Amino acid sequence: MKRGMIDFWVGLFAVAGAVALLFLAIKVSSQSTLPAASTYSVSANFENIGGLKVRAPVKSAGVVVGRVTGIELDPNLYVAKVTLALDSRYHFSRDSSAQILTSGLLGEQYIGLEPGADDKNLEPGGRIAITSSAVVLEQLISRFLFSKAETAGEQTPTEHAQ
Amino acid sequence: MAIPLVRFEGVRFAYGENDILRDVTLSVAAGQVVAIMGGSGSGKTTLLRLIGGQLKANAGRVEVDGEDIGALSESALYERRKKLGMLFQFGALFTDLSVFDNVAFPLRERTQLPESMIRDLVLMKLQAVGLRGAAQLMPAELSGGMARRVALARAIALDPRVMLYDEPFTGLDPISLTTIGSLIRELNDALGAASIVVTHDVAESLAIVDYVYFVAEGGVIAEGTPEAVRESSHPFVRQFIAGQKDGPLPFHKPAGAYAADLGLEVGRE
Amino acid sequence: MNNNGLVKLFARLGAPLTDRLIKLGFACRFFVSILRHSPTSLLRFQLTMREIWFAGVLSVLIIAVSGLFVGMVLALQGYETLVRFGSSSALGILVSLSLVRELGPVVGALLFASRAGSAITAEIGLMKATEQLAAMEMMAVNPIARVVAPKFWGGVLSMPLLAAMFSAMGIFGGYLIGVQLLGLDPGSFWSQMQSSVDFRGDVLNGVIKSVFFGVAISLIAVFEGYDAPPTAEGVSRATTRTVVTSALVVLALDFVLTAFMFTGM
Repeated sequence: MKRGMIDFWVGLFAVAGAVALLFLAIKVSSQSTLPAASTYSVSANFENIGGLKVRAPVKSAGVVVGRVTGIELDPNLYVAKVTLALDSRYHFSRDSSAQILTSGLLGEQYIGLEPGADDKNLEPGGRIAITSSAVVLEQLISRFLFSKAETAGEQTPTEHAQ
Repeated sequence: MAIPLVRFEGVRFAYGENDILRDVTLSVAAGQVVAIMGGSGSGKTTLLRLIGGQLKANAGRVEVDGEDIGALSESALYERRKKLGMLFQFGALFTDLSVFDNVAFPLRERTQLPESMIRDLVLMKLQAVGLRGAAQLMPAELSGGMARRVALARAIALDPRVMLYDEPFTGLDPISLTTIGSLIRELNDALGAASIVVTHDVAESLAIVDYVYFVAEGGVIAEGTPEAVRESSHPFVRQFIAGQKDGPLPFHKPAGAYAADLGLEVGRE
Repeated sequence: MNNNGLVKLFARLGAPLTDRLIKLGFACRFFVSILRHSPTSLLRFQLTMREIWFAGVLSVLIIAVSGLFVGMVLALQGYETLVRFGSSSALGILVSLSLVRELGPVVGALLFASRAGSAITAEIGLMKATEQLAAMEMMAVNPIARVVAPKFWGGVLSMPLLAAMFSAMGIFGGYLIGVQLLGLDPGSFWSQMQSSVDFRGDVLNGVIKSVFFGVAISLIAVFEGYDAPPTAEGVSRATTRTVVTSALVVLALDFVLTAFMFTGM
């Protein structure tokens, strides 16, 4: 093998490897963790976070605006304290509300931000006061069954009365 | 005798607890071709490795050009090896390089010469061994004798002061054998170097060398000029030169009684 | 004082153990010596270039073909499972995550060990058996700087590129099966994949793994070649040992690295 040929093939090899890496970087994956410099963090307390995980997306009007960076239990209030890293391009008013939602019936859980009407915006390190917890399927079903039973119990006498 | 280029003084060398060399003293002067003879496994190759500094003596001194090789640091040793050229038993050519590149190898690695000068030098060295026409061949395309000659050209590429030959005659046909033999002599005279030929080929080496050392049982047991050696009455030398099966070097490795080993214990009945 | 006592203790534990320890110690010393001679040999990049050709370029074919097949099998198997849960659209995620995080680096490394690692061992072992290394030393050229270090770096530099090619080919294979054969929607195949594969957490960790594997395999390969007894039998045994040891080390190292990178989400 001539020296020039080796150079040629090694060059081609390097290009192929770079293309493969680029393919993995651009087509296959996405940069979900935003660089720390361009985010600010706020917190929100939830009574129940259901199946929310760290790194779950934070969406507003369906657009991803940040990520969940930390979940811990507040030892005094016994509520879940969730830290969010929000893209510094987006600002939300102080009275925004956070909701834990599920994409589809079995999909992953994410946080939905609903902007409020206040003039002042959330500061870095601030707290979202208005939150609503995750819908836990078991609770939902049992609540439904109970209410069904109650309405059934109410309805039975009237049927008899007819 | 002129100043010795290579000198061994009371050298002892052991692999672990196995003494290979017990007490070797010899010297080789510039312009001399010296043969070191001995049976297989008598430590002849070890002698060459001691000169090259690939092994270090346990006791005694190995001097090359007046310097104690055993006392040098690794980098100093690499520097001194420029003075040495070695022909290995089967040539040890680099199989992935052409004949030309093999001979150019020490020049490219150890000198800063421009490529045009390297080319001239390589062709000169190849001319000296008669293989300028084989410059573009690969080692796999060479016969044993040709490979040995290319390796010789490579060994003399840096014009060494001391040439070492490890069994240069092994496995060659009679023509190649004579060619290599006369090349050893010619090159030594042209370079004004000291050559050490480790061999057990008696006839070929006695024809070209100035002096012979016989090595056995860890030491030099006989020495002399070729004429003196031929006349010698030393039993080991006689056995070696005449190629007798039995003698001071026994045919049988020491063992117990043969009959006992076969289970024929006649004596017990 | 108790140095001898310790040695005797090991001697009683058995010669195999002592031999292994001695070999491991020698391997460590060898590694340091490679690193010490690396700057000089990397400056002459032409030498490493030849070894990249030898270890990397010549392995591309087996890596690419194997990657393609592994990806296609993953897609077929994954589809069968996912379709039971009605989530066949997650096929892209399954294929790409398994390849990028695990199979690309690991299977790529195993193939690399058997294709390039064994060749490196055989080449160095043969150079030793035919006294080429000794000849080099006598020409005042250090064989570690001239032969071993370039082969080591050639392997180390090739491995991550080969692993990336393996993953990319595998994902392409998954695309062929999932989209072309099973009729999944190409848009959701790619977009779901993209939204759940994280560049840092998945792709980059895979690359880091393959760098570690490259170092391990290249070191084992050059060491076994350098340490091989200078006979035909010795070289062939060393070649086998390279493949076996590399496979074990890669799998063990994979567990350790995965445990390190495990974030629990």
